[in-house]
Amino acid sequence: MNFLETEHVVKQFSGHLALNKVSIRVPEGKIFGLLGPNGAGKTTLIRIINRITAPDSGTVRIDGRESRPDDIYRIGYMPEERGLYKKMKVGEQALYLARLKGLPYDEAKKRLTRWFDKFGITSWWNRELEELSKGMQQKVQFIITVIHDPALLIFDEPFSGFDPINVDILKQEILELKQQGKTIIFSTHNMASVEEICDEITLINRAEVVLSGEVREIRRRFRTQTFRLSIPSLPEGTSLASDNFAVLSENRHDDVTELRIRKQQQISNADLLTEISRSSDIYSFTEELPSMNEIFINTVSGTNPTHE
Amino acid sequence: MNKIGIIIKREYIRRVSKKSFLLLTLLMPFLIVAIGFVPFWLAQIRSDDVRNVVVIDTTGKYLSLFQDTDSYRFVGSEKSLEDYRNSRDKEAYAILSITGDLLDNPGAAALYSEKQIPGDLSRIVNQAISRQLESDKLATFNIPNLKEIIDESKIRFSIQTLKWGDDGEESASSASVASIVGMASTLLIYMFIIMYGSMVMQGVLEEKTNRIVELMVSSVRPFDLMMGKIIALGFVGLTQLFLWGVMTTGLFFAGMMFMGGSIDPQALQAGMAMQPSAMPAQMEGIQEIYQVIGTINFAELLFFFAIYFVGGYLLYASVFAAIGSSVNQQEDTQQFMTPIMIFIIFALYAGIGSIENPDGPLAFWCSLIPFTSPIVMMVRLPFEVPLWEKLLSIALLYVSAFGIVWLSAKIYRVGILMYGKKPSLKEIVKWVKYK
Repeated sequence: MNFLETEHVVKQFSGHLALNKVSIRVPEGKIFGLLGPNGAGKTTLIRIINRITAPDSGTVRIDGRESRPDDIYRIGYMPEERGLYKKMKVGEQALYLARLKGLPYDEAKKRLTRWFDKFGITSWWNRELEELSKGMQQKVQFIITVIHDPALLIFDEPFSGFDPINVDILKQEILELKQQGKTIIFSTHNMASVEEICDEITLINRAEVVLSGEVREIRRRFRTQTFRLSIPSLPEGTSLASDNFAVLSENRHDDVTELRIRKQQQISNADLLTEISRSSDIYSFTEELPSMNEIFINTVSGTNPTHE
Repeated sequence: MNKIGIIIKREYIRRVSKKSFLLLTLLMPFLIVAIGFVPFWLAQIRSDDVRNVVVIDTTGKYLSLFQDTDSYRFVGSEKSLEDYRNSRDKEAYAILSITGDLLDNPGAAALYSEKQIPGDLSRIVNQAISRQLESDKLATFNIPNLKEIIDESKIRFSIQTLKWGDDGEESASSASVASIVGMASTLLIYMFIIMYGSMVMQGVLEEKTNRIVELMVSSVRPFDLMMGKIIALGFVGLTQLFLWGVMTTGLFFAGMMFMGGSIDPQALQAGMAMQPSAMPAQMEGIQEIYQVIGTINFAELLFFFAIYFVGGYLLYASVFAAIGSSVNQQEDTQQFMTPIMIFIIFALYAGIGSIENPDGPLAFWCSLIPFTSPIVMMVRLPFEVPLWEKLLSIALLYVSAFGIVWLSAKIYRVGILMYGKKPSLKEIVKWVKYK
């Protein structure tokens, strides 16, 4: 069941097309990565989902029906351009924003108290935002995003500007939200974190969807038949290479040699191993799946016109 | 409470609890009242110090003319002028030397002092001497009762200006009082449109540069965000006006009472001594002013002031909001502000120009054009504007105010999310068409 779907969303700005018939499917309870280089149209799509701007054509569906104005209360959005009122007291500010998200005063206060406790920032309630460190400001920002307990969370570049410790805290929180059954859209350039936490992705380049699917499936789809092999070192001058596979690199550490090999596609792993084991013992054998980073770069540069 | 209400409440409380707002609101009435009272007060301080004026009158005819006042005591002396000049003793503040009959020889009197002679001292001396000389002169004509005849023939004339009301009733009118009332309300509207309009712009720009705006528009409609700010600041402005009004009136009466106790006898005495005939005239003048003030319908004026204030503020504040949303930094606002400021300043000058001729073509047209009407109409209102003109002007103002609000909201909605370079006017026009 998809929590959110967009169908052929088109958005034109003066002189350029920001989104060209973009369709995405975000399954319920999953972490969905919305990827793409700068200027691909990610933020525009997110703003359309948030009903900040309207699409020129196409539809956004939530829970199977067309999105309605009050759907914004079911969305928690942490924009890439983060900011809060600098001169306003932290608690007062959080209360104000929570109430704009539709929470009654008492409920907002109760929930905020709990979150502030959880992040250990209760003593900052009456301080002005300016006085807080950047990391703490981001904690406040996170609390504001989740305070109304939305079913869909959208994080636009959530890790930019966070220090490693806070990145980790944030990751844990996001995974916890997933466990609670929330649907999460995660827009980022940080491919390492995509591999780590995303279930599905859609890659947008130049206003169009160029790739989408499950992360594991995509990585398998882009497999290059490359393997890492570790064997006892062979005598100088002898080579393992055959018609069935090529050696890409060889790394000798005294009596152990590490190899990267690429096999012919029609050869099965079993046949490959049988062939190698005829000439040598095998310590380890693993397939090297392409990283999301490589897939990202290949797909993006592959879809860009080369004459530019 | 709905969203816009939450926004208005928060913006209002934030502005009203600012130190700068409290200071300005509390200090301004003192300043206004001080400007009115300080000159009086200062004049009074000086008069506490009684100075000796030595009169060396060799003719013996004039010494008795000089009566002591609060500031000066006149003392006759037999010593010569040279004695005073040489003596180290500063008992005399000034020396009045009269060496001959002043009717024959006006140059025979002179005032000496080591300091600059104050204007009021020479005035007292001049008045005392010229009154005496006048009656001396009259005496030389040898006509009995001449003085009485002349007094009789002095006729004070001041034309009465009357206005016919719709019911044919006559009432006293005065262009100058109406002008002052009109001018004051024009200046107030002008000041508030600029002050609060630019506050709206600052606020919008602050939210944009703080990058909080994207978070805000994900939970409220941009229109609510903009209107919330405009309405809240409008209320702040009205609050300030109201407090100023109440405090200034209060302080003014307090000041009158405080000054009243000490000022009246002196003013009375001075008036009696100097210009016996001035008092009734003054009283008449004051009465006249009161009478004219009575003919100005303040309730009606206040009502229209509020209507024009709200309309004009709405019109300009939404333009300012659109400007604030389009640019990225304070410096870039100038380019868009200049044409708006030219409009407002033109309106002010048109208003000032209309005082001379409140029913002339400039006044007429400018009080219909929405961008100038809130400012210009305030000048005309005390001069009884026909009802249809008022209604047409208000209708035009509000129709265009809502039109401009709608247009500004469209620009605002796109502008607040546009970062990067300053947009051109052409781009802004395109924003209006965005879905």
